[in-house]
Amino acid sequence: MSRWPRWIAGAALVALPFVYHAPYPLHIAILILIWSFAYTSWSAMGRFGLTSLGHGGFMGTGAYVTALLWNRGGVSPWLGIPVALLAGALLAVLVAYPCFRYRITGHYFALVTLALGGIVLQVITATRDYTGGSLGYTPERYQGGSSLYALQFSGKTTWYLIALAVWAAGLYVWYRVDGSMLRYALEAISEDEDAAAATGVHVTAEKLKITVVSAAMTALAGALYCQYQMFISPDTVSGISVSLQMVFAAVVGGLYVALGPTVGAVITILMAEVLRISVGTRAVGWDNLVYGALLVVFIVFLPKGILGTVLAHRQR
Amino acid sequence: MLSIEGLSKRFGGFTAVNNVSFAVEPGEILGLIGPNGSGKSTIFNVLAGALVPDAGSIRFEGREIGGLAPYRIVNLGIGRTFQIPRPFHRLSLVENVVLSGFYGQGRPARARAFEAAERALALVGLPTDRAASVDGLGAAALKKLELAKALASGPKLLLADESLSGLDEHEMDQAADLLRRIRKDLGVTIVWVEHIMGILMRVVDRVMVLDHGEKIAEGLPAQVAADPRVIEVYLGTQAAAVRVAAAAARG
Repeated sequence: MSRWPRWIAGAALVALPFVYHAPYPLHIAILILIWSFAYTSWSAMGRFGLTSLGHGGFMGTGAYVTALLWNRGGVSPWLGIPVALLAGALLAVLVAYPCFRYRITGHYFALVTLALGGIVLQVITATRDYTGGSLGYTPERYQGGSSLYALQFSGKTTWYLIALAVWAAGLYVWYRVDGSMLRYALEAISEDEDAAAATGVHVTAEKLKITVVSAAMTALAGALYCQYQMFISPDTVSGISVSLQMVFAAVVGGLYVALGPTVGAVITILMAEVLRISVGTRAVGWDNLVYGALLVVFIVFLPKGILGTVLAHRQR
Repeated sequence: MLSIEGLSKRFGGFTAVNNVSFAVEPGEILGLIGPNGSGKSTIFNVLAGALVPDAGSIRFEGREIGGLAPYRIVNLGIGRTFQIPRPFHRLSLVENVVLSGFYGQGRPARARAFEAAERALALVGLPTDRAASVDGLGAAALKKLELAKALASGPKLLLADESLSGLDEHEMDQAADLLRRIRKDLGVTIVWVEHIMGILMRVVDRVMVLDHGEKIAEGLPAQVAADPRVIEVYLGTQAAAVRVAAAAARG
Protein backbone atom coordinates (compact mmCIF):
# COMPACT_ATOMS: atom_id res chain seq x y z
CA MET A 1 0.00 0.00 0.00
CA SER A 2 1.26 3.47 -0.83
CA ARG A 3 2.20 5.74 2.04
CA TRP A 4 1.07 8.85 0.18
CA PRO A 5 -2.53 8.96 1.45
CA ARG A 6 -1.23 8.77 5.00
CA TRP A 7 1.14 11.72 4.54
CA ILE A 8 -1.51 13.81 2.80
CA ALA A 9 -4.04 13.09 5.56
CA GLY A 10 -1.41 13.96 8.17
CA ALA A 11 -0.55 17.25 6.48
CA ALA A 12 -4.25 18.13 6.20
CA LEU A 13 -4.75 17.46 9.92
CA VAL A 14 -1.78 19.66 10.83
CA ALA A 15 -2.98 22.46 8.54
CA LEU A 16 -6.59 22.34 9.78
CA PRO A 17 -6.41 24.84 12.71
CA PHE A 18 -4.59 27.41 10.56
CA VAL A 19 -7.28 27.33 7.91
CA TYR A 20 -10.33 26.83 10.05
CA HIS A 21 -10.26 27.97 13.64
CA ALA A 22 -13.78 28.34 14.94
CA PRO A 23 -13.34 27.62 18.67
CA TYR A 24 -16.18 25.13 19.17
CA PRO A 25 -15.37 22.70 16.33
CA LEU A 26 -11.70 22.96 17.30
CA HIS A 27 -12.59 22.16 20.89
CA ILE A 28 -14.49 19.07 19.75
CA ALA A 29 -11.56 18.08 17.53
CA ILE A 30 -9.15 18.35 20.49
CA LEU A 31 -11.44 16.23 22.67
CA ILE A 32 -11.72 13.65 19.91
CA LEU A 33 -7.92 13.48 19.58
CA ILE A 34 -7.32 13.14 23.34
CA TRP A 35 -9.98 10.47 23.72
CA SER A 36 -8.86 8.71 20.54
CA PHE A 37 -5.46 8.43 22.13
CA ALA A 38 -7.00 7.06 25.35
CA TYR A 39 -9.06 4.50 23.42
CA THR A 40 -6.04 3.49 21.33
CA SER A 41 -4.15 3.00 24.59
CA TRP A 42 -6.92 0.78 25.92
CA SER A 43 -7.05 -1.31 22.76
CA ALA A 44 -3.26 -1.79 22.81
CA MET A 45 -3.99 -4.53 25.37
CA GLY A 46 -7.70 -4.98 24.80
CA ARG A 47 -7.14 -6.37 21.31
CA PHE A 48 -5.30 -9.32 22.85
CA GLY A 49 -8.20 -10.37 25.03
CA LEU A 50 -6.81 -8.46 28.01
CA THR A 51 -10.10 -6.75 28.71
CA SER A 52 -9.73 -4.00 31.27
CA LEU A 53 -12.84 -2.47 32.78
CA GLY A 54 -10.79 -0.17 34.94
CA HIS A 55 -8.70 1.98 32.64
CA GLY A 56 -10.40 5.01 34.13
CA GLY A 57 -8.15 4.28 37.10
CA PHE A 58 -5.04 4.89 35.00
CA MET A 59 -6.53 7.96 33.36
CA GLY A 60 -7.47 9.39 36.77
CA THR A 61 -4.01 8.62 38.13
CA GLY A 62 -2.45 10.51 35.22
CA ALA A 63 -4.72 13.52 35.64
CA TYR A 64 -4.66 13.83 39.43
CA VAL A 65 -0.95 13.11 39.94
CA THR A 66 -0.06 15.80 37.39
CA ALA A 67 -2.47 18.35 38.87
CA LEU A 68 -1.59 17.63 42.52
CA LEU A 69 2.14 17.87 41.88
CA TRP A 70 1.58 21.23 40.20
CA ASN A 71 -0.72 22.73 42.83
CA ARG A 72 0.89 21.25 45.93
CA GLY A 73 4.54 21.06 44.97
CA GLY A 74 4.86 23.55 42.15
CA VAL A 75 6.21 20.75 39.98
CA SER A 76 6.04 21.58 36.28
CA PRO A 77 3.95 19.15 34.23
CA TRP A 78 7.12 18.51 32.24
CA LEU A 79 8.27 16.56 35.30
CA GLY A 80 4.82 15.89 36.72
CA ILE A 81 3.57 14.02 33.65
CA PRO A 82 6.49 11.54 33.58
CA VAL A 83 5.90 10.95 37.30
CA ALA A 84 2.20 10.43 36.57
CA LEU A 85 3.02 7.91 33.82
CA LEU A 86 5.31 6.10 36.22
CA ALA A 87 2.53 6.04 38.80
CA GLY A 88 0.12 4.61 36.23
CA ALA A 89 2.68 1.98 35.20
CA LEU A 90 3.36 1.07 38.83
CA LEU A 91 -0.34 0.71 39.54
CA ALA A 92 -0.61 -1.55 36.48
CA VAL A 93 2.23 -3.79 37.68
CA LEU A 94 0.76 -3.93 41.19
CA VAL A 95 -2.60 -5.13 39.93
CA ALA A 96 -1.66 -7.07 36.80
CA TYR A 97 1.40 -8.97 37.99
CA PRO A 98 -0.45 -11.07 40.59
CA CYS A 99 -3.26 -11.64 38.06
CA PHE A 100 -0.90 -12.86 35.35
CA ARG A 101 1.33 -14.80 37.72
CA TYR A 102 -1.62 -16.70 39.17
CA ARG A 103 -3.42 -16.94 35.84
CA ILE A 104 -6.43 -14.84 36.56
CA THR A 105 -7.69 -14.41 33.01
CA GLY A 106 -10.81 -13.59 31.01
CA HIS A 107 -13.82 -12.54 33.05
CA TYR A 108 -11.94 -12.72 36.33
CA PHE A 109 -9.24 -10.39 35.07
CA ALA A 110 -11.92 -7.99 33.87
CA LEU A 111 -13.50 -8.05 37.34
CA VAL A 112 -10.18 -7.31 39.04
CA THR A 113 -9.65 -4.30 36.77
CA LEU A 114 -13.22 -3.19 37.47
CA ALA A 115 -12.32 -3.19 41.16
CA LEU A 116 -9.13 -1.26 40.41
CA GLY A 117 -11.12 1.48 38.67
CA GLY A 118 -13.52 1.58 41.61
CA ILE A 119 -10.70 1.84 44.14
CA VAL A 120 -8.99 4.72 42.34
CA LEU A 121 -12.34 6.52 42.17
CA GLN A 122 -12.92 5.95 45.89
CA VAL A 123 -9.43 7.16 46.79
CA ILE A 124 -9.92 10.37 44.79
CA THR A 125 -13.32 10.97 46.37
CA ALA A 126 -12.25 10.05 49.90
CA THR A 127 -9.14 12.24 49.95
CA ARG A 128 -11.26 15.30 49.24
CA ASP A 129 -9.06 17.56 51.36
CA TYR A 130 -6.41 17.16 48.69
CA THR A 131 -8.32 16.32 45.55
CA GLY A 132 -11.51 18.30 46.04
CA GLY A 133 -13.45 15.03 46.05
CA SER A 134 -16.42 14.73 43.77
CA LEU A 135 -16.53 18.51 43.30
CA GLY A 136 -13.50 18.27 41.07
CA TYR A 137 -10.10 19.85 40.96
CA THR A 138 -8.56 22.74 39.08
CA PRO A 139 -4.85 23.15 38.37
CA GLU A 140 -3.78 26.66 39.35
CA ARG A 141 -3.43 29.12 36.53
CA TYR A 142 0.10 30.24 35.85
CA GLN A 143 0.51 34.02 35.80
CA GLY A 144 -0.17 35.40 32.36
CA GLY A 145 -2.24 32.49 31.03
CA SER A 146 -0.08 30.78 28.45
CA SER A 147 3.13 29.17 29.58
CA LEU A 148 5.26 26.42 28.17
CA TYR A 149 6.69 25.79 31.65
CA ALA A 150 3.22 25.22 33.12
CA LEU A 151 1.97 23.51 29.97
CA GLN A 152 -0.98 25.89 29.93
CA PHE A 153 -2.09 27.50 26.69
CA SER A 154 -5.01 29.77 26.04
CA GLY A 155 -4.94 29.22 22.28
CA LYS A 156 -6.85 26.22 20.97
CA THR A 157 -4.51 25.85 18.00
CA THR A 158 -1.59 24.97 20.30
CA TRP A 159 -3.69 22.38 22.11
CA TYR A 160 -4.92 20.96 18.86
CA LEU A 161 -1.35 20.44 17.66
CA ILE A 162 -0.25 18.88 20.98
CA ALA A 163 -3.23 16.52 20.98
CA LEU A 164 -2.58 15.66 17.33
CA ALA A 165 1.07 14.83 18.06
CA VAL A 166 0.19 12.63 21.04
CA TRP A 167 -2.56 10.88 19.05
CA ALA A 168 -0.08 10.22 16.21
CA ALA A 169 2.42 8.88 18.76
CA GLY A 170 -0.28 6.52 20.02
CA LEU A 171 -0.83 5.22 16.50
CA TYR A 172 2.93 4.83 16.10
CA VAL A 173 3.02 2.63 19.22
CA TRP A 174 0.07 0.64 17.87
CA TYR A 175 1.89 -0.02 14.58
CA ARG A 176 5.15 -0.84 16.34
CA VAL A 177 3.39 -3.48 18.46
CA ASP A 178 1.48 -4.72 15.41
CA GLY A 179 4.67 -5.41 13.49
CA SER A 180 6.53 -7.04 16.37
CA MET A 181 7.10 -10.54 17.70
CA LEU A 182 5.31 -9.32 20.83
CA ARG A 183 2.09 -9.28 18.80
CA TYR A 184 2.54 -12.91 17.76
CA ALA A 185 3.27 -13.85 21.35
CA LEU A 186 0.22 -11.99 22.68
CA GLU A 187 -2.10 -13.41 20.00
CA ALA A 188 -0.85 -16.88 20.91
CA ILE A 189 -1.25 -16.18 24.64
CA SER A 190 -4.79 -14.94 24.10
CA GLU A 191 -5.67 -18.28 22.50
CA ASP A 192 -3.75 -20.76 24.63
CA GLU A 193 -1.32 -19.80 27.39
CA ASP A 194 0.14 -23.29 27.80
CA ALA A 195 0.81 -23.73 24.11
CA ALA A 196 2.40 -20.27 24.01
CA ALA A 197 4.63 -21.11 26.97
CA ALA A 198 5.69 -24.31 25.19
CA THR A 199 7.17 -22.20 22.38
CA GLY A 200 9.41 -20.42 24.88
CA VAL A 201 7.27 -17.36 25.55
CA HIS A 202 7.43 -16.01 29.12
CA VAL A 203 3.67 -15.51 29.31
CA THR A 204 3.57 -13.35 32.46
CA ALA A 205 6.34 -11.03 31.28
CA GLU A 206 4.89 -10.47 27.80
CA LYS A 207 1.42 -9.74 29.16
CA LEU A 208 2.88 -7.38 31.72
CA LYS A 209 4.80 -5.50 29.00
CA ILE A 210 1.73 -4.57 26.99
CA THR A 211 -0.28 -3.81 30.14
CA VAL A 212 2.34 -1.35 31.38
CA VAL A 213 2.52 0.33 27.96
CA SER A 214 -1.26 0.59 27.83
CA ALA A 215 -1.56 1.94 31.39
CA ALA A 216 1.19 4.55 30.96
CA MET A 217 -0.37 5.74 27.68
CA THR A 218 -3.76 6.03 29.35
CA ALA A 219 -2.23 8.01 32.22
CA LEU A 220 -0.76 10.37 29.62
CA ALA A 221 -4.24 10.82 28.15
CA GLY A 222 -5.48 11.76 31.63
CA ALA A 223 -2.68 14.27 32.18
CA LEU A 224 -3.30 15.80 28.77
CA TYR A 225 -7.03 16.06 29.40
CA CYS A 226 -6.32 17.76 32.72
CA GLN A 227 -3.94 20.31 31.21
CA TYR A 228 -6.35 21.11 28.41
CA GLN A 229 -9.63 21.31 30.33
CA MET A 230 -8.01 22.82 33.45
CA PHE A 231 -10.67 20.99 35.44
CA ILE A 232 -10.95 17.37 36.40
CA SER A 233 -13.47 15.47 38.46
CA PRO A 234 -13.61 11.80 39.44
CA ASP A 235 -16.50 11.24 37.04
CA THR A 236 -14.94 12.86 33.98
CA VAL A 237 -11.51 11.18 34.13
CA SER A 238 -11.83 8.19 36.41
CA GLY A 239 -15.35 6.90 36.90
CA ILE A 240 -16.69 3.58 35.76
CA SER A 241 -18.42 5.36 32.91
CA VAL A 242 -15.02 6.51 31.65
CA SER A 243 -13.73 2.94 31.81
CA LEU A 244 -16.77 1.55 30.02
CA GLN A 245 -16.69 4.35 27.46
CA MET A 246 -13.18 3.17 26.47
CA VAL A 247 -14.43 -0.37 25.95
CA PHE A 248 -17.45 0.85 24.05
CA ALA A 249 -15.59 3.21 21.72
CA ALA A 250 -12.88 0.66 20.93
CA VAL A 251 -15.41 -2.07 20.18
CA VAL A 252 -17.63 0.20 18.06
CA GLY A 253 -14.75 1.61 16.02
CA GLY A 254 -12.91 -1.67 15.69
CA LEU A 255 -10.60 -3.32 18.20
CA TYR A 256 -8.27 -4.95 15.73
CA VAL A 257 -7.45 -2.06 13.40
CA ALA A 258 -5.20 0.91 14.12
CA LEU A 259 -7.76 3.64 13.49
CA GLY A 260 -10.67 1.72 15.00
CA PRO A 261 -10.51 3.43 18.42
CA THR A 262 -10.26 6.80 16.65
CA VAL A 263 -13.42 6.09 14.67
CA GLY A 264 -14.99 5.05 17.96
CA ALA A 265 -13.99 8.36 19.55
CA VAL A 266 -15.46 10.37 16.69
CA ILE A 267 -18.75 8.50 17.00
CA THR A 268 -19.05 8.58 20.80
CA ILE A 269 -18.04 12.20 21.24
CA LEU A 270 -20.25 13.48 18.45
CA MET A 271 -23.12 11.41 19.84
CA ALA A 272 -22.60 12.81 23.34
CA GLU A 273 -22.47 16.36 21.95
CA VAL A 274 -25.60 15.90 19.87
CA LEU A 275 -27.46 14.50 22.87
CA ARG A 276 -26.22 17.34 25.07
CA ILE A 277 -27.24 20.04 22.62
CA SER A 278 -30.57 18.59 21.51
CA VAL A 279 -31.88 17.36 24.84
CA GLY A 280 -29.85 19.58 27.15
CA THR A 281 -29.06 18.92 30.78
CA ARG A 282 -32.06 16.65 31.18
CA ALA A 283 -30.07 14.07 29.21
CA VAL A 284 -27.02 13.98 31.49
CA GLY A 285 -26.01 10.31 31.65
CA TRP A 286 -28.18 9.32 28.72
CA ASP A 287 -25.15 8.82 26.55
CA ASN A 288 -24.10 6.00 28.87
CA LEU A 289 -27.49 4.38 28.44
CA VAL A 290 -27.18 4.58 24.68
CA TYR A 291 -23.59 3.25 24.85
CA GLY A 292 -24.71 0.26 26.88
CA ALA A 293 -27.47 -0.66 24.46
CA LEU A 294 -25.26 -0.14 21.40
CA LEU A 295 -22.41 -2.13 22.94
CA VAL A 296 -24.62 -5.21 23.10
CA VAL A 297 -25.72 -4.69 19.51
CA PHE A 298 -22.13 -4.33 18.29
CA ILE A 299 -20.73 -7.31 20.16
CA VAL A 300 -23.49 -9.50 18.75
CA PHE A 301 -23.76 -8.20 15.17
CA LEU A 302 -20.53 -6.35 14.38
CA PRO A 303 -17.74 -7.75 16.56
CA LYS A 304 -15.04 -6.27 14.33
CA GLY A 305 -16.46 -2.78 14.80
CA ILE A 306 -17.33 -0.26 12.11
CA LEU A 307 -13.87 0.38 10.67
CA GLY A 308 -12.83 -3.25 11.09
CA THR A 309 -15.86 -4.43 9.12
CA VAL A 310 -15.36 -1.86 6.37
CA LEU A 311 -11.69 -2.78 5.94
CA ALA A 312 -12.48 -6.50 5.97
CA HIS A 313 -14.99 -5.99 3.14
CA ARG A 314 -12.54 -3.95 1.10
CA GLN A 315 -9.89 -6.63 1.38
CA ARG A 316 -12.15 -9.14 -0.30
CA MET B 1 21.68 -36.32 28.55
CA LEU B 2 18.58 -36.58 30.73
CA SER B 3 18.50 -38.51 33.97
CA ILE B 4 15.45 -38.92 36.18
CA GLU B 5 15.81 -40.20 39.74
CA GLY B 6 12.96 -41.22 42.02
CA LEU B 7 10.36 -39.05 40.29
CA SER B 8 6.94 -38.92 41.96
CA LYS B 9 3.85 -36.88 41.22
CA ARG B 10 0.60 -37.00 43.17
CA PHE B 11 -2.76 -35.40 42.46
CA GLY B 12 -4.50 -35.22 45.84
CA GLY B 13 -4.57 -38.78 47.12
CA PHE B 14 -3.83 -40.30 43.72
CA THR B 15 -0.24 -41.18 42.92
CA ALA B 16 0.14 -40.71 39.17
CA VAL B 17 3.88 -41.40 39.07
CA ASN B 18 5.59 -43.36 41.82
CA ASN B 19 9.36 -43.31 42.27
CA VAL B 20 10.32 -43.68 38.61
CA SER B 21 13.95 -43.52 37.51
CA PHE B 22 15.36 -43.67 33.99
CA ALA B 23 17.92 -42.07 31.74
CA VAL B 24 17.94 -40.86 28.14
CA GLU B 25 21.18 -41.22 26.21
CA PRO B 26 22.27 -38.64 23.62
CA GLY B 27 21.06 -39.47 20.11
CA GLU B 28 18.62 -42.21 21.04
CA ILE B 29 14.90 -42.55 20.56
CA LEU B 30 13.33 -43.75 23.78
CA GLY B 31 9.76 -45.00 23.61
CA LEU B 32 7.54 -44.48 26.64
CA ILE B 33 4.47 -46.69 26.59
CA GLY B 34 1.75 -47.87 28.93
CA PRO B 35 -2.01 -48.25 29.13
CA ASN B 36 -4.30 -45.29 29.81
CA GLY B 37 -3.66 -43.78 33.24
CA SER B 38 -0.25 -45.41 33.56
CA GLY B 39 1.44 -42.06 34.19
CA LYS B 40 3.23 -41.52 30.89
CA SER B 41 1.53 -38.21 30.16
CA THR B 42 2.25 -37.07 33.71
CA ILE B 43 5.96 -37.83 33.32
CA PHE B 44 5.88 -36.06 29.99
CA ASN B 45 4.30 -32.94 31.48
CA VAL B 46 6.71 -32.90 34.41
CA LEU B 47 9.66 -33.07 32.00
CA ALA B 48 8.21 -30.19 29.94
CA GLY B 49 7.66 -28.06 33.05
CA ALA B 50 3.87 -28.05 32.81
CA LEU B 51 3.69 -29.93 36.15
CA VAL B 52 5.87 -29.56 39.22
CA PRO B 53 7.19 -32.87 40.59
CA ASP B 54 6.51 -33.79 44.23
CA ALA B 55 9.73 -35.72 44.66
CA GLY B 56 12.78 -36.76 42.70
CA SER B 57 15.31 -35.04 40.51
CA ILE B 58 15.39 -34.35 36.79
CA ARG B 59 18.80 -33.49 35.44
CA PHE B 60 19.26 -32.26 31.88
CA GLU B 61 22.91 -32.04 30.79
CA GLY B 62 23.89 -32.08 34.44
CA ARG B 63 21.50 -29.34 35.46
CA GLU B 64 18.48 -29.76 37.73
CA ILE B 65 15.38 -28.72 35.79
CA GLY B 66 12.56 -30.15 37.93
CA GLY B 67 9.93 -27.48 38.57
CA LEU B 68 11.33 -24.92 36.11
CA ALA B 69 8.74 -22.96 34.11
CA PRO B 70 7.98 -24.34 30.62
CA TYR B 71 9.48 -21.33 28.82
CA ARG B 72 12.80 -21.86 30.61
CA ILE B 73 12.86 -25.54 29.78
CA VAL B 74 12.31 -24.74 26.10
CA ASN B 75 15.19 -22.29 26.24
CA LEU B 76 17.46 -24.92 27.78
CA GLY B 77 16.89 -27.08 24.70
CA ILE B 78 13.87 -29.30 25.36
CA GLY B 79 11.02 -28.97 22.85
CA ARG B 80 7.60 -30.55 23.26
CA THR B 81 4.53 -31.34 21.19
CA PHE B 82 0.98 -31.61 22.42
CA GLN B 83 -1.03 -34.81 22.13
CA ILE B 84 -4.03 -32.88 20.84
CA PRO B 85 -2.56 -30.28 18.45
CA ARG B 86 -2.88 -26.74 19.73
CA PRO B 87 -2.34 -24.39 16.75
CA PHE B 88 -2.83 -20.62 17.12
CA HIS B 89 -5.69 -19.78 14.78
CA ARG B 90 -5.11 -16.04 14.94
CA LEU B 91 -1.65 -16.52 13.44
CA SER B 92 -0.55 -17.73 10.02
CA LEU B 93 1.22 -21.07 9.64
CA VAL B 94 4.69 -19.48 9.60
CA GLU B 95 3.83 -17.18 12.50
CA ASN B 96 2.77 -20.23 14.53
CA VAL B 97 6.24 -21.65 14.12
CA VAL B 98 8.27 -18.42 14.25
CA LEU B 99 7.31 -17.94 17.90
CA SER B 100 9.57 -20.81 18.94
CA GLY B 101 12.19 -19.64 16.43
CA PHE B 102 12.27 -16.35 18.33
CA TYR B 103 11.27 -16.89 21.96
CA GLY B 104 12.68 -20.42 22.12
CA GLN B 105 16.05 -19.39 20.73
CA GLY B 106 16.93 -16.45 22.97
CA ARG B 107 15.36 -13.82 20.72
CA PRO B 108 17.64 -13.70 17.67
CA ALA B 109 17.13 -11.21 14.84
CA ARG B 110 13.70 -11.40 13.23
CA ALA B 111 15.08 -12.74 9.95
CA ARG B 112 16.88 -15.58 11.72
CA ALA B 113 13.75 -16.53 13.63
CA PHE B 114 11.85 -16.75 10.33
CA GLU B 115 14.63 -18.84 8.79
CA ALA B 116 14.41 -21.28 11.70
CA ALA B 117 10.63 -21.45 11.24
CA GLU B 118 10.90 -22.08 7.50
CA ARG B 119 13.54 -24.79 7.98
CA ALA B 120 11.35 -26.54 10.54
CA LEU B 121 8.29 -26.33 8.27
CA ALA B 122 10.25 -27.66 5.30
CA LEU B 123 11.64 -30.55 7.34
CA VAL B 124 8.19 -31.74 8.41
CA GLY B 125 6.79 -31.17 4.92
CA LEU B 126 4.49 -28.21 5.43
CA PRO B 127 4.28 -25.14 3.14
CA THR B 128 6.69 -22.34 3.99
CA ASP B 129 5.01 -19.46 2.18
CA ARG B 130 4.02 -16.56 4.39
CA ALA B 131 0.39 -16.57 3.31
CA ALA B 132 -0.31 -20.18 4.34
CA SER B 133 -2.98 -20.53 7.01
CA VAL B 134 -3.49 -23.10 9.76
CA ASP B 135 -7.22 -23.24 9.07
CA GLY B 136 -8.23 -26.34 7.19
CA LEU B 137 -5.14 -28.37 8.09
CA GLY B 138 -6.00 -32.06 8.57
CA ALA B 139 -5.06 -34.28 11.51
CA ALA B 140 -1.76 -35.37 10.00
CA ALA B 141 -0.74 -31.82 9.05
CA LEU B 142 -1.59 -30.56 12.55
CA LYS B 143 0.66 -33.25 14.04
CA LYS B 144 3.42 -32.05 11.70
CA LEU B 145 2.79 -28.47 12.80
CA GLU B 146 3.26 -29.54 16.43
CA LEU B 147 6.62 -31.03 15.49
CA ALA B 148 7.63 -27.93 13.49
CA LYS B 149 6.75 -25.69 16.46
CA ALA B 150 8.90 -27.82 18.75
CA LEU B 151 11.81 -28.05 16.27
CA ALA B 152 12.00 -24.32 15.48
CA SER B 153 13.31 -23.72 19.00
CA GLY B 154 16.37 -25.81 18.06
CA PRO B 155 15.95 -28.47 20.76
CA LYS B 156 18.57 -31.01 21.75
CA LEU B 157 15.83 -33.17 23.19
CA LEU B 158 12.37 -33.55 21.66
CA LEU B 159 9.43 -34.73 23.74
CA ALA B 160 6.88 -36.13 21.29
CA ASP B 161 3.42 -36.80 22.75
CA GLU B 162 1.25 -39.34 20.93
CA SER B 163 2.33 -38.30 17.49
CA LEU B 164 0.31 -41.14 15.95
CA SER B 165 -3.08 -40.91 17.62
CA GLY B 166 -5.83 -39.99 15.21
CA LEU B 167 -3.86 -40.91 12.09
CA ASP B 168 -4.57 -43.64 9.54
CA GLU B 169 -2.08 -46.41 8.85
CA HIS B 170 -0.30 -44.65 6.01
CA GLU B 171 -0.03 -41.39 7.95
CA MET B 172 1.33 -43.29 10.95
CA ASP B 173 4.14 -44.73 8.84
CA GLN B 174 4.95 -41.25 7.56
CA ALA B 175 4.94 -39.79 11.07
CA ALA B 176 7.26 -42.55 12.29
CA ASP B 177 9.59 -41.88 9.36
CA LEU B 178 9.55 -38.21 10.21
CA LEU B 179 10.69 -38.89 13.78
CA ARG B 180 13.51 -41.07 12.40
CA ARG B 181 14.51 -38.27 10.04
CA ILE B 182 14.47 -35.67 12.82
CA ARG B 183 16.94 -37.77 14.76
CA LYS B 184 19.12 -38.48 11.73
CA ASP B 185 19.16 -35.01 10.11
CA LEU B 186 19.15 -32.82 13.21
CA GLY B 187 20.79 -35.15 15.70
CA VAL B 188 17.90 -34.55 18.08
CA THR B 189 17.39 -37.01 20.92
CA ILE B 190 13.74 -38.07 21.22
CA VAL B 191 11.49 -39.26 24.02
CA TRP B 192 8.39 -40.59 22.32
CA VAL B 193 5.26 -41.19 24.36
CA GLU B 194 2.72 -43.34 22.58
CA HIS B 195 -0.40 -45.31 23.22
CA ILE B 196 -0.18 -47.20 19.94
CA MET B 197 2.59 -49.74 20.30
CA GLY B 198 3.21 -51.52 17.01
CA ILE B 199 4.92 -48.83 14.93
CA LEU B 200 6.72 -47.35 17.91
CA MET B 201 8.47 -50.68 18.52
CA ARG B 202 9.97 -50.56 15.02
CA VAL B 203 11.40 -47.05 15.42
CA VAL B 204 12.69 -46.71 18.98
CA ASP B 205 16.09 -47.84 20.23
CA ARG B 206 14.82 -48.62 23.69
CA VAL B 207 11.43 -48.72 25.28
CA MET B 208 10.17 -48.17 28.81
CA VAL B 209 6.80 -49.48 29.99
CA LEU B 210 4.73 -47.86 32.74
CA ASP B 211 1.76 -49.24 34.65
CA HIS B 212 -0.11 -47.56 37.50
CA GLY B 213 2.61 -44.95 37.80
CA GLU B 214 5.48 -47.43 38.08
CA LYS B 215 8.13 -48.58 35.67
CA ILE B 216 7.59 -52.27 34.97
CA ALA B 217 10.03 -52.85 32.13
CA GLU B 218 12.80 -51.15 30.20
CA GLY B 219 15.03 -52.41 27.42
CA LEU B 220 15.26 -53.26 23.73
CA PRO B 221 11.88 -53.47 21.99
CA ALA B 222 12.14 -57.22 21.38
CA GLN B 223 13.00 -57.91 25.03
CA VAL B 224 10.22 -55.74 26.35
CA ALA B 225 7.65 -57.21 24.00
CA ALA B 226 8.54 -60.67 25.31
CA ASP B 227 8.39 -59.65 28.98
CA PRO B 228 5.54 -61.56 30.66
CA ARG B 229 4.64 -58.61 32.94
CA VAL B 230 4.34 -56.31 29.97
CA ILE B 231 2.19 -58.80 28.14
CA GLU B 232 -0.01 -59.21 31.17
CA VAL B 233 -0.65 -55.53 32.06
CA TYR B 234 -0.31 -53.90 28.72
CA LEU B 235 -1.44 -56.37 26.14
CA GLY B 236 -3.79 -58.59 28.02
CA THR B 237 -4.11 -61.37 25.51
CA GLN B 238 -1.60 -63.79 24.11
CA ALA B 239 -2.68 -63.10 20.55
CA ALA B 240 -1.80 -59.41 20.84
CA ALA B 241 1.57 -60.31 22.30
CA VAL B 242 2.36 -62.44 19.30
CA ARG B 243 1.41 -59.58 16.96
CA VAL B 244 3.63 -57.08 18.75
CA ALA B 245 6.56 -59.47 18.97
CA ALA B 246 6.24 -60.02 15.24
CA ALA B 247 6.15 -56.29 14.62
CA ALA B 248 9.26 -55.79 16.72
CA ALA B 249 11.07 -58.55 14.87
CA ARG B 250 10.22 -56.97 11.48
CA GLY B 251 11.67 -53.60 12.51
